[in-house]
Amino acid sequence: MTASQMPVLTLQLEVTLMTDASETDREHYEAVVVGCGPGGAAAASRLADHGIETLVLERGMDAGSKNVSGGLIYAEESAPYTVDDLFEGFREEASERPVTDYYIHNVAGNKVKSYDLTALHQDDTDWCDAVLRRPMDSWLAERVHEKTSETGGGVLTNVRVNGLLRERGRIVGVTCDELDPIEADIVIAADGVNSELAREAGLMDWEDPNEWFQGVKAVVEMEPDVIDDRFDIDEDEGVAHLFSGDLFEDVRGGGFLYTNEDSLSIGTVFHLDSLVEEQAEPHELLDALLTHPLLARWLGDEYDEREYSAKLVPDSKKVAHREPYQDRLVLVGDAAGQMQAQGPIIKGMNHAVTAGALAADAFAVTRGNADPAAAGRRYTQMLENSGTMDKLRPRRYDLARTVGERDRVTDAVERVLDSRVGSLAIGNPIADRVLQRAYNSPFLVSMLPDTRTGYVTLPSIIGEEHGRTLHWESSVEPPTLDERIGDLTYDTDVGNPHIEVRDTSYEASGAAVYACPVSAEDFGGGCYRSEEVKRNGTAATVVSLDTQPCIECGTCAVVADTEWEHPRGGKGVEFREG
Amino acid sequence: MRSIVLTKGVPDFSDGAVSFNEEGHLERGKTPTVMNPNDAFALEAALQTRVRHGGHVSGMSMGPPGYAAVLEEAMEAVYTDDSYLLSDRELAASDTWATAITLSAGIETYQEEIGNVDLLFAGFKTADGETGQTGPQTAWALDWPIVTHVIALDIDPDERLLRAKRLVEGDVDEIETVEAPLPCMVVTDPEFEPTYRKASHRLTHKRLREETQNRAAAHDRHLTTWDHEDLNLDPDYIGLDGSPTIVSSVDPIPKAPSEREATMVDPADSDGMNEVLGELAPYASGANTAEGGD
Ligand SMILES: Cc1cc2nc3c(=O)[nH]c(=O)nc-3n(C[C@H](O)[C@H](O)[C@H](O)COP(=O)(O)OP(=O)(O)OC[C@H]3O[C@@H](n4cnc5c(N)ncnc54)[C@H](O)[C@@H]3O)c2cc1C
Ligand code: SF4
Repeated sequence: MTASQMPVLTLQLEVTLMTDASETDREHYEAVVVGCGPGGAAAASRLADHGIETLVLERGMDAGSKNVSGGLIYAEESAPYTVDDLFEGFREEASERPVTDYYIHNVAGNKVKSYDLTALHQDDTDWCDAVLRRPMDSWLAERVHEKTSETGGGVLTNVRVNGLLRERGRIVGVTCDELDPIEADIVIAADGVNSELAREAGLMDWEDPNEWFQGVKAVVEMEPDVIDDRFDIDEDEGVAHLFSGDLFEDVRGGGFLYTNEDSLSIGTVFHLDSLVEEQAEPHELLDALLTHPLLARWLGDEYDEREYSAKLVPDSKKVAHREPYQDRLVLVGDAAGQMQAQGPIIKGMNHAVTAGALAADAFAVTRGNADPAAAGRRYTQMLENSGTMDKLRPRRYDLARTVGERDRVTDAVERVLDSRVGSLAIGNPIADRVLQRAYNSPFLVSMLPDTRTGYVTLPSIIGEEHGRTLHWESSVEPPTLDERIGDLTYDTDVGNPHIEVRDTSYEASGAAVYACPVSAEDFGGGCYRSEEVKRNGTAATVVSLDTQPCIECGTCAVVADTEWEHPRGGKGVEFREG
Repeated sequence: MRSIVLTKGVPDFSDGAVSFNEEGHLERGKTPTVMNPNDAFALEAALQTRVRHGGHVSGMSMGPPGYAAVLEEAMEAVYTDDSYLLSDRELAASDTWATAITLSAGIETYQEEIGNVDLLFAGFKTADGETGQTGPQTAWALDWPIVTHVIALDIDPDERLLRAKRLVEGDVDEIETVEAPLPCMVVTDPEFEPTYRKASHRLTHKRLREETQNRAAAHDRHLTTWDHEDLNLDPDYIGLDGSPTIVSSVDPIPKAPSEREATMVDPADSDGMNEVLGELAPYASGANTAEGGD
């Protein structure tokens, strides 16, 4: 028989449509942790320490590929847990440079007055390092995977949790885009700002721009020895510079510059409501900082931007949930609004670590309790008793705010400050010393109301009255938005946009055209565009959206009328620096 | 669950790697050998079975000693536990039939020495031979059922049943679901997509990947080579001698007709003209259209 005579035996047996037998029994883990940022990593690590079977689900293709921070990670003396308590070798292997010097620059035009804020920075600080999130989070995730594998779990990337699994109305687990539903005795939502789980549980909402900041950042390439030289530091030292004043016109917020091992992190953090009111373009505000003469001596002539990124930041003073749990669900970190803006100092990662570890401990001590909410209740107590909640949401701020943010009071203060009298008062040499002291007071700084006064008026008067004038120009030319988008890595989920505009009218969603960090009026290559259309004979401006360049910052979830979700696992933007 | 994946090496046809001589013949010696691209789908199917049901997956290949590299590639790609290479000078120049006989002998030897096999996976066609016959012939030689064009697969270990979705090609692509008893041979379609919808499966997948890194680095220690004696094969039935199909030559595409030889005949030359008419006669009667009928 030759090959061509061979019968091809294709057994086509009974055609059936049987279901996968394993689909009927659901998977169960003792603990499911959603998100592998600092909050999720800390929670999972602590759960594993308690011998608890823990599954960590992370939507990024790698932990850290979705995350952005400034970022300085603090180890507070008063905190019950710090990142190096939980992860040995963290400072040697996962962080960049320690912060050894800390300054704030009050800017008025090209006049600048700098204060040394090291005292404020050192208050309650055991150590503080600059970090880049991609390397940091992926390092953490590896440690977490090692630990959780030993107790029957592990870390899975490329998995997006898309909802809460409920039984008779009660939360019993999670549902995912990529996996069948999973049951758990505890679900720790460490899914960051714009937590879909916190929203679904009704614990957080995405309505009021006043409750958020928007952070935008550029990572700039620089050789280590050039950094040492230009910032006058040793190789094991680092600096933090903060900027406020009229650099950003009237938009409330400020800028930062931190030194990494071989790059700089330069960014801005603004109140989202202020961005919307002033119709400011975030990338232009960042560029205003990058091109200010103050930065020229550090940036030199060659400006090489490695990455442009952005993310929303919750304001814990307003939104930290006082009871961040429901049934078996507990929220930690940004998901629970635990992001403290202590004046210019931003502390989110450290609190996420603390909260994650406390949530794990709370579950460990209440394990076996018949009441599904026992862990959540215990966690809430632990947040209170450890003093964490008071840092995040000081009751005295609630009081100060009612006075400080009332328009009439602000107006009056502003008028005095703007007047010759005010400038003279702040401008005298004694005031200069007092002001530096005041800035260095953690108490005063945490009380600063969120008005123009603290962010713009005061710093620019200080700059104007006490500042020295910079007589040089910057030669820095930041990339265009188009170039910035072009430099980013995306795995686009073609035909499956993760955001949809519900109301396309300019009134409802137009703010996204300028507030989206990768969109701009008159720029066709971004996410949001506005265009004139004729409807029933009358012209109207409508908003359209293309999610391809989206960097998943969350802004349009708050400032526009959208159906907003994260892309499915592994899809969307991939940050290499963060 | 114990599976074997059959894989073979093919010349690397990718740009820059492949090398042809002046006549347009492939230069095997100068072209690197890589795993047959279609085998990747078979390997994925074997891995999916391993991840979901546990057990052992071995890679098997027949070919020159250099094919060890292909088996190593398979180990790196889909975490096979060990590799078996059927390699012998006597096996050289096997056609699909002799290959199938050898592979089935390899599997029988494996069953005697290592353990019973539940599933045999093969890819759809090789990139160089393109016959698509070796798989079916191997199953035939083993007397196993075979399911081809598989795009999705599920095993019921208790019932010892395999359930597969097949892409039935026709005018419209139809998908049919079939069942077959184990042991069984599975030929995957390039459309095969592994699915892992359980967290535990993905964790296993990740663990296997981690474990494999070290194993693949020391591939030699996990490689067994069998010659025709180990396989109990009579040299007369294998290799070139055992190959009923002979590919006499692979013709290059004919050159343009203008270069053909023409015979010039003078119409005045009656002998010559008779010859021409003799040649043409069969066409005139319609009896012969095969010869020379361009
Ligand atoms: C520009 C900027 C500057 C900042 N500067 C500082 C600073 O200097 N110091 C500081 O301490 N903090 C800073 N922060 C804040 C800090 O980044 C956050 O507070 C911190 O990252 C919160 O940690 P987390 O673990 O709660 O959330 P994240 O770090 O956001 O982690 C959440 C994780 O969950 C994953 N995830 C989300 N949704 C899902 C889902 N549905 N399924 C699966 N996975 C999901 C995400 O991919 C991510 O990995 C800054 C933030 C910004 C934007
Ligand atoms: S489309 Fe929305 S989420 Fe995406 S970058 Fe713009 S504002 Fe941010």
